[in-house]
Amino acid sequence: MTLMQERAAPEKPEITDRASRERRLGLMLSAPAFVVMVFVTAYPLVYAVVLSLYNYRLTDPEGREFVGFGNYATVLTDPVWWSDFGTTLIITVASVAVELVLGFVFAFVMYRIIRGRSLVRTGILIPYGIITVVSAYIWRYAFQLDSGFVNQWFGLGAFDFFGERWSALFVITLSEIWKTTPFISLLLLAGLVQVPEEYQEAARVDGATAWQRLVRVTLPNMKAAIMVALLFRTLDAWRIFDNPFIMTVGANDTETLSFLAYRQNVTLVNLGAGSAISVLLFLTVVIIAVIFVKGFKTDLSQVRGDK
Amino acid sequence: MRSSKRGPAALAALTLSASLLAACGEDGGPPTITWYINPDNGGQGRLAASCAAAAGGAYQVDVQVLPTDASQQREQLVRRLAAQDSSIDVMSLDPPFVAEFANAGFLRPFDGADATALTDGVLRGPLATTSWKDQLVAAPFWANTQLLWYRESVARAAGIDPAKEGFTWDEMIAAAQGQQKIIGVQGKRYEGYMVWINALVVSAGGEIITNTEAGRDADPTIDSRPGDEAARIIGDLARSPAAPPAMSTASEEESRSAFQGPAGGFMVNWPYVYSAAKEDVAGGGIDRSVLDDIAWARYPAVSADLPSRPPLGGINLAIGAFTRYPEQALDLVRCVTSLENNIAYMLDSGNPAARGAAYDDAKVREAFPMADVIRQSINDAGPRPITPYYNDVSTSVQITWHPSADVRVPESPDESAVFMSDVLQGRRLL
Repeated sequence: MTLMQERAAPEKPEITDRASRERRLGLMLSAPAFVVMVFVTAYPLVYAVVLSLYNYRLTDPEGREFVGFGNYATVLTDPVWWSDFGTTLIITVASVAVELVLGFVFAFVMYRIIRGRSLVRTGILIPYGIITVVSAYIWRYAFQLDSGFVNQWFGLGAFDFFGERWSALFVITLSEIWKTTPFISLLLLAGLVQVPEEYQEAARVDGATAWQRLVRVTLPNMKAAIMVALLFRTLDAWRIFDNPFIMTVGANDTETLSFLAYRQNVTLVNLGAGSAISVLLFLTVVIIAVIFVKGFKTDLSQVRGDK
Repeated sequence: MRSSKRGPAALAALTLSASLLAACGEDGGPPTITWYINPDNGGQGRLAASCAAAAGGAYQVDVQVLPTDASQQREQLVRRLAAQDSSIDVMSLDPPFVAEFANAGFLRPFDGADATALTDGVLRGPLATTSWKDQLVAAPFWANTQLLWYRESVARAAGIDPAKEGFTWDEMIAAAQGQQKIIGVQGKRYEGYMVWINALVVSAGGEIITNTEAGRDADPTIDSRPGDEAARIIGDLARSPAAPPAMSTASEEESRSAFQGPAGGFMVNWPYVYSAAKEDVAGGGIDRSVLDDIAWARYPAVSADLPSRPPLGGINLAIGAFTRYPEQALDLVRCVTSLENNIAYMLDSGNPAARGAAYDDAKVREAFPMADVIRQSINDAGPRPITPYYNDVSTSVQITWHPSADVRVPESPDESAVFMSDVLQGRRLL
């Protein structure tokens, strides 16, 4: 790496001697962290890939057998994987879409409010401070037949929310939205603050309506922040585990991909297929990230204010 | 400022960890045996204390309670043992998991002389669940079984005697239908459903899976005549008026409350239901006359000429393969599973003993009016498949046989066998 950069240096006259020395110092300073990162992330990743090529149960060491990409073929042709894929997709799309709209509303409120600012901000952020497992229990108890108050409030009688797929997914998604909307609104608020007030004033002078200012001035200038918020939340929602685990334990087709990986790896100690699922889950995450970064055509470094 | 604060804290942490280490008995003092138990009413903890006292200070026992759910108990133990956790000296193990643990090399086998002593006088049912590949890997501690519970008034009105030898499921279903009563069973998609299915298959003279020592290559045999018989009974009951309400979500407790209700006629369930009914009477939940109407008999047979093989539950004790104190651990296991302690635990916790002689004890007979039926049932019980892939076998049966109203002959057993073998071979996911 360093060699290549040194060779490239003369071709780029704007890099001064000092800058290149600073860069080298920077690389050296970050090297230890880099090595540690490689050790703690790359090693398990590679190990998972290796394991995924075997038919291997932790509790049947003698039955270990190399099957190549057989596990991937099994997983990708199995109805369980696709059912879980669909469930995860539904939860992700529904929760992120609602959260984005709600998050915007909250971000504007937090940005514009003058009186009681800290109180409102704290109020909005509280759900995000609650541990996911705890919030999952809160929602479960609220909707459960024996302890819940929701049925009573809305006169639903003995309707069992966790007894069928769609109502269970509804509660799971609702809890997810309640829990993470503050996160998305926080990221959007950060983007909102970065839009220079002068732009707004200039637009106002030109006679732009409030809607035009939002669509033409505010949103385009927050593109990077929106993308970061969407990307983070989508990846987060895609890996959802706690809510289904606490609320339904995956019953009635509410199992998600992370849950499937957990069940194969931890419950069945089926390390071969389990690792294959983990690797596939990782690949879907990479694909989502690539789609977002390419789709938004945004340079992430802009958000850091590097330019 | 900061460093001056940190100093004492670090010192405190050091002394704390030092004292913790000392408590582990690393240097001097008797070793501490860690015993991982399933949650109970405290009976195992009391046995641990009395055994440690009886050992005269040779060891101390630290009792660690596992989660309530049996599959979560297994998960925690597997995770720790896979990492060669040396702190697991003794564990209370559900019988279906013994083969899996032993096959993975997680259990320390008992040698010949110890094996003879630990299994002396033990009833046949629990004995079958403690060995893997002809080696004793777990000591039978207590055992459980299901009985047929029935309302005497219903049986009398129907003109049948459920306590007679060879009383069958078909007779029971016909009687319940005739009297417009229900039969309490466990039809929810969980381990209790597997207990019922297995009891029917083995009572019909079959096995769900055979050649289990071959591991992944074992032969599913549920697609046979006994499997078909089991499917016929389950499907018939589920589609008949004798089916309990919400059968597809009924576990032990739901069956019990349906049985105690006005439509209750018959029920298969563990012995705890009798003391639970007594408590309900004391708490005012049910009338005294309901309790007086409850009678019990051996688990129903599939065909009159073949004695039933009731379900088997219970707990076995095993020694962790990575223990640092194998001798003391063995001592503890010997003490806890002794006949005297079998009796003491049965009286203390209500869990039936694994050794037959315990049922001759006067106090036991007084506390358990059905002691003889329980002993006979446990002795003749048909254990669930003993295979290192028990989880896969059980789950694939549960998936393909649920809900009970859709169970058909021969489709359900056939589908079950194919699915099971695909899962074992890694061709399908669970």
